[in-house]
Amino acid sequence: MINPKEHIYSILEKIPDPEIPVLTIIDLGIVRDVIIIDEQTIEIIITPTYSGCPAMDVISFEIKLALLETGYKNIKVTYTLSPAWTTDWMSESGKRKLLEYGIAPPKKNSSRVNKMLFEEETNINCPQCNSSNTNQLSEFGSTACKSLYKCNDCNEVFDYFKCH
Amino acid sequence: MINQKIINATLHLADTTLILAQKNSEWCAHGPILEQDIAITNITLDLIGQSRMFYQYAAELINELENKTETEDTLSYLRSEREFKNFLIAELPNGDWAQTILRQFFFSSFQQLLFEKLQHIEDKQISAIAVKSLKEINYHVKWSSEWVIRLGDGTSESHSRMVKAIEILWPYTGEFFNAEENDLTEVEKIKSNWIQKIEAVFIEANLLIPQNIFMQLGGKQGFHTEHLGYILTEMQSLQRAYPWLEW
Repeated sequence: MINPKEHIYSILEKIPDPEIPVLTIIDLGIVRDVIIIDEQTIEIIITPTYSGCPAMDVISFEIKLALLETGYKNIKVTYTLSPAWTTDWMSESGKRKLLEYGIAPPKKNSSRVNKMLFEEETNINCPQCNSSNTNQLSEFGSTACKSLYKCNDCNEVFDYFKCH
Repeated sequence: MINQKIINATLHLADTTLILAQKNSEWCAHGPILEQDIAITNITLDLIGQSRMFYQYAAELINELENKTETEDTLSYLRSEREFKNFLIAELPNGDWAQTILRQFFFSSFQQLLFEKLQHIEDKQISAIAVKSLKEINYHVKWSSEWVIRLGDGTSESHSRMVKAIEILWPYTGEFFNAEENDLTEVEKIKSNWIQKIEAVFIEANLLIPQNIFMQLGGKQGFHTEHLGYILTEMQSLQRAYPWLEW
């Protein structure tokens, strides 16, 4: 018989992130714990990526929906803030999927995030042509978690999922 | 132990981030260039997120202490001007880009030092919010510092606009360090660190810190400028016209 916790994780693994649907909420490291209270009652603990992440309510709804569909009756989704989310929790398969999708995945460990003024993360490889001859256009991109880069070889503009 | 002190302190943190976010959001679609429009609105989204976490926690504390049914929405949309505890600097008009940037620089630099203290306080939730927010605040400090330098050390026009912005905003920075009974940490002790941070950027930007300026106070106690009433009227109009409305 399949372990119930693993079964729940296998359901959660199919839930895409609403903003970057190529990633699942498991890839992103948003799901922090699954607590089985009894056969029908479970608690899912999730953490927001950024404080203002507008996707949290949708994610919580999607989790409830997916678990209801598979027969669980009482589902509680709880938010936790500590420890604070970091890109270090992103799965390797998540990073690969991001790259294939056209978004450069976070390159370094998040402890390297604090930068000097006017310093930018360099050697971010272009997801289109893999050139490292790229530069940052803006530290803030289309969502809180991304910054905007440009490839100087193929001239393509791309999103970089910044280390956080 | 829940007490009025921690509730007031949490509301002050929530109100300041909400009102500043409300002001900054006026730049949405009006930024000088697209990338910077996106930057200021991204920062604004972080501030709203921080504000929501503080309001949710304040509501939890109030409900437990006073047996009420407050939510983040009732606290932000149904409290009056006199009940808001935000810093005055947050409610001031945006002015030009220089003034908006400078306010963000002053506030984010202060918030960074404050939250570095708050992450170590006993209250677990405030400390968790502080740790989470600091990761975002570091971006805000970097971005606003770079803009202060770019404008201060830019053309004579951009430099003169920064000088004017300093004249307008400096009198509202004293409030950051005005200690009062609800404080969760000794705010007066971070003043010298804040001045050092400001000075380091001002030197690069060819700007000077004003001396012997009268400092405005009152926001934390609910005494506001004439601007807050207009902000709340607009921000709360929907909820007041259609009570209990939900998205």
